[in-house]
Amino acid sequence: MWLRASNPLRRLNRRQWSLLSKVVSVHQLHSSTSDFSQGSYDGLYPGHIPTTPLQKAVLAVGSGVAALQNPYRHDMVAVLGETTGHLALINLRDRMRNDPEGYEILIERPRIRLSTLDLSRMASLHDGSFGREYLRFLEVNHVTPDSRADVKFVDNEELAYVMQRYREVHDFMHTLLGMPTNMLGEVAVKWFEAAQTGLPMCSLGAVLGPLRLNIRQLQTLFTSLGPWALQNGRKARCVLSIFYEKRWEQSLEDLRQELNIDPPPIIPGPSNKRAT
Amino acid sequence: MAASVRLLTRRVVRLCQRRFNVTCVSGPGQQSCRGFSDAAGDRSTHFGFETVPEEEKAKRVYKVFENVAQKYDIMNDAMSFGIHRLWKDALLHIMHPQPGARLLDVAGGTGDIAFRFMDYIHSQQEKQERLRVQSMQTPSWQDISDKYSTEDEGGPQESTAVICDINKEMLKVGKQKAESMGVSAGLSWVVGDAEELPFDDDQFDIYTIAFGIRNVTHIDQALQEALRVLKPGGRFMCLEFSKVTNPVLARLYDAYSFQIIPALGEVIAGDWKSYQYLVESIRKFPDQEEFKGMIEDAGFYRVQYYNLTGGVVALHSGFKL
Repeated sequence: MWLRASNPLRRLNRRQWSLLSKVVSVHQLHSSTSDFSQGSYDGLYPGHIPTTPLQKAVLAVGSGVAALQNPYRHDMVAVLGETTGHLALINLRDRMRNDPEGYEILIERPRIRLSTLDLSRMASLHDGSFGREYLRFLEVNHVTPDSRADVKFVDNEELAYVMQRYREVHDFMHTLLGMPTNMLGEVAVKWFEAAQTGLPMCSLGAVLGPLRLNIRQLQTLFTSLGPWALQNGRKARCVLSIFYEKRWEQSLEDLRQELNIDPPPIIPGPSNKRAT
Repeated sequence: MAASVRLLTRRVVRLCQRRFNVTCVSGPGQQSCRGFSDAAGDRSTHFGFETVPEEEKAKRVYKVFENVAQKYDIMNDAMSFGIHRLWKDALLHIMHPQPGARLLDVAGGTGDIAFRFMDYIHSQQEKQERLRVQSMQTPSWQDISDKYSTEDEGGPQESTAVICDINKEMLKVGKQKAESMGVSAGLSWVVGDAEELPFDDDQFDIYTIAFGIRNVTHIDQALQEALRVLKPGGRFMCLEFSKVTNPVLARLYDAYSFQIIPALGEVIAGDWKSYQYLVESIRKFPDQEEFKGMIEDAGFYRVQYYNLTGGVVALHSGFKL
């Protein structure tokens, strides 16, 4: 029992030693900035917080409970995904590596943010193109690609990027599947993502999401939307391996065929509940 | 374990100072070399386990408490399993304030000490009232006429509590709490820096600082300010996390602090780094004896400390004479 208690302490000592060595070097004195997130960071990537397995366990359980209690806490859903998704992320990354376009993404590391998207050019594209439909989706549902939290608890820099890419590609999923951001649409996308990625957080969301639907929506989900989402999730190409930023002009139908995704059987109408 | 690390740090720092002194002597011309304790503006201090310039520490501490203010009380309960309430109650019991006392609660943020102070005073007043009534069950005519003549002299001096904090967010949360509990009477909320209090000399009977002094950049300045604003005969009381004496408990406490508390901070308050800072700052604070020495150096008399929960928290007390 003491070994288990002393293990985190040994790791703590290592951290203290590394920080001590920083105290000795005068450079550290003048390089720290006033902001937590910038400047010298103690981790593998900006925003990285190294955690021990015990801490990850506490985070996983705590964030799970918090996310169930208050589903609007997106940061908790994010933390749950990061702490439980290690194996699935490795799987995803290997799939990306084996795909030429996915490999390109892993090298170039594109990020989807309002600052990197050329919205005016996308608005000028013809209707039915991927870029135009994506922009329409953002406008109709009042969402922005900048609302995704940064990855903090994944202890591998490449896997952290895969996780970040998964989060940022979520809105593209909505566009490809033609699902709005209401509860039923979100559950359908979650089912698709669960079948595609195998992330435990997606599976959990897929199981618990339907609990908040009414009878009519549940019926739609289980009879048409759900099976469609699952089937397409399984047979579609790996959605993370697509370089979306280079395919704005491509027609949506064309892209769907390339990814082996069928068009949706029903489009769930806008309901009162809005979930992002 | 923490003690040995601290010793090592001090040795390393002294080593570096010596090295710098040597290069200063042998260096060319008037080049002023930068050491660890040089001209003003180059001084550094600790921010948790990080080393930062002194001017920066106050800013970063401000940001930490700005972020955690809304969830501060919830996190206190979660991290200490509610035991922090017992610690604060112990502070009040040892303080044993009497009606008419004026309290200054520095770094009082969400007002826990001040609320307890007012409650204690009120219950003391009720107790005194009851005793007075009991002893006057059968008054003589002389007693009754005496009572009539003294009634218009005005009641005993009202107790007031001033809550001073450098952080406006924490004060805001405290004020909201006071209003929702309906106990705003007798409380003042003041923005101020513990190192430079906005009060005149000799104003207060009791000065408290609960879990705040380890966030102050210059603790000795805060102690001197405390001495200044206290009346002669006034009492200084400080509740702060300290060194656990029992080695078994110390290891459990360390493991709990570094493993569980930041994760709890992330889950409940959405802020890992602030709580990482909080547990690190506890380790950087001097232990019971050293702090007692600092309080004595500032000019307080009869300084003593009480260990609570095996040394997890220490209550230091001193008098201005």
